[in-house]
Amino acid sequence: MSENMIRGRVWRFGDDISTDLLSPGQFALDPLEVRMRHVLESINPSFAQDVKPGDVVVAGANFGCGSSRETAAENLKALGVACVAAGSLSRIFMRNAIAVGLPILICPGIGDAFAEGDPIEIDLAAGTATNTATGTTCTGEALPEEMRRILAAGGILEVLRLDGGTRPG
Amino acid sequence: MPMTLAEKILARAAGRDSVKAGEFVVADVDLALVHDIFAARVFDTLRKVGFDKVWDPDKVAVVIDHMVPAPTAEAADVHHRIREHVKRLGIGTFYDSGEGICHQLLPEQGHVRPGMLIVGTDSHTTTYGALAAAGTGIGTSEMVYAMATGRLWFRVPETLRYEFSGALQRGVSWKDVILHLAGTFGSDGAQYRSMEFGGPGVATADVSSRLTVSNMALEMGAKFGLFAADEITAEYLGEADTSWAPDPGAAYEAVHQIDLSTLPPQVALPHDVGNVTAVSDAAGIVIHQAFIGSCTNGRIEDLRAAAAVLAGHKVAPGVRLVVAPASRSVLLKAIEEGVAETLVQAGASILAPGCGPCFGGHGGLLGPGERCIGTHNRNFIGRMGSAEAEIYLASPETVAASAIAGTITDPREIQR
Repeated sequence: MSENMIRGRVWRFGDDISTDLLSPGQFALDPLEVRMRHVLESINPSFAQDVKPGDVVVAGANFGCGSSRETAAENLKALGVACVAAGSLSRIFMRNAIAVGLPILICPGIGDAFAEGDPIEIDLAAGTATNTATGTTCTGEALPEEMRRILAAGGILEVLRLDGGTRPG
Repeated sequence: MPMTLAEKILARAAGRDSVKAGEFVVADVDLALVHDIFAARVFDTLRKVGFDKVWDPDKVAVVIDHMVPAPTAEAADVHHRIREHVKRLGIGTFYDSGEGICHQLLPEQGHVRPGMLIVGTDSHTTTYGALAAAGTGIGTSEMVYAMATGRLWFRVPETLRYEFSGALQRGVSWKDVILHLAGTFGSDGAQYRSMEFGGPGVATADVSSRLTVSNMALEMGAKFGLFAADEITAEYLGEADTSWAPDPGAAYEAVHQIDLSTLPPQVALPHDVGNVTAVSDAAGIVIHQAFIGSCTNGRIEDLRAAAAVLAGHKVAPGVRLVVAPASRSVLLKAIEEGVAETLVQAGASILAPGCGPCFGGHGGLLGPGERCIGTHNRNFIGRMGSAEAEIYLASPETVAASAIAGTITDPREIQR
């Protein structure tokens, strides 16, 4: 499977999933092992416990709205989430996901194409998400080359290690 | 080629004659801000990836503001580590616990100038747009990159222009204006865009009002929330540079006209900043806490506005009024002017300058089933403690009036 292809199972969420839901403020200073157990607990208490490596989070518009807290993206990655595919993403969450090496897909209307537990196949290079149970494909935006380069390196700190801070990032 | 204000600032920072929306640029950062939630993490990571110094200690600002005074031993330890990092790295600008909120201190203490490119580990770094500076929030890994190199990649954003005309009615403030915009265009209405505020109506907005508007531009998803530098900016900064303005003929994704004179006081209902209605439509909803403060509305102008409503009144039984001035100098002014006395006489608890209640850390959190109306910028589920609590957002005048009545109340209905 190429690094641009992701196959997994869908966890389905609605619009405006905020960083307060993804990384609650009360646990802001806690270590990752603690923080990751509280992801989305206010709206889906079983998510953090039951999510499996390779699962995909599918959501509506404005996913990741709110704080700069990178822990929102980091927590999802630590839980093994393979990709966040949403109708739209907040700017800061989008940058943070790329910075920590969490693949993302922006696909308007994707929320309507999937139900909880559906099998999903994502092609990051083409910018598509297919529901392999129903055959429905949602076509979104392929990520710009600059973002894919950082993702492929494993995040911006890997880019910094490679560049040694001597070349533009 | 004519440029928007965002394009002009990014072109300057990228060392280019011009840039246009949609391009990726690598730009030099003029100021990098970290606060106490993330500072230790940033500096620890910087060291871990092999950098024993920051690119320019004079271009770094560190503020301890979220957990002040330290509510836990763990927070105190984090603060201790931050102080050690600040000393070790020779960082030029450091505001320790109790000085105030980063987005108040940086403008107030003269660190923000028109045309600057500023990144911060706080989403409300858009606040600096009030002074024609392109401020925007980033995460900790990106901050590590910026601290190491002084540079970062940016996508030049499309710009949405908001043209204001007329003047606000009595009892209506610029907090109501930005809530109105969030309600009209949605909490993702400016997703990844630069918001540019202009038109003859902005001449009625003082710098405090502009800081409120630029602060909450982020709540519409904006990358920047920019006002051009004008006479009001120049007077605040004590300098005459009004050159940072968009070019005539710049390309906008959309231009929206807003007549200020038609606007009543606004309130954002739970749990979305874009869920906005006129205060009169929410009148009568019982509240348990009223909060005045935060980087949105914790300035002296906000405390004065609240005190003017609260003077001679008492907070309703069963309501806690929590006030957190945005900085030590704001608190000092409030004491000198008698504003603090008015607030305390009315029943307010005054906290140390900082962010505590707004980000849900400490200093006035909510239990299940409780409702808070506050001047802050977010009403997300679980933001101020219990996920079963409700947060309403409004102007200082509306929050003060609601504290007196014990229910959400239009400030124009409170008689002195």
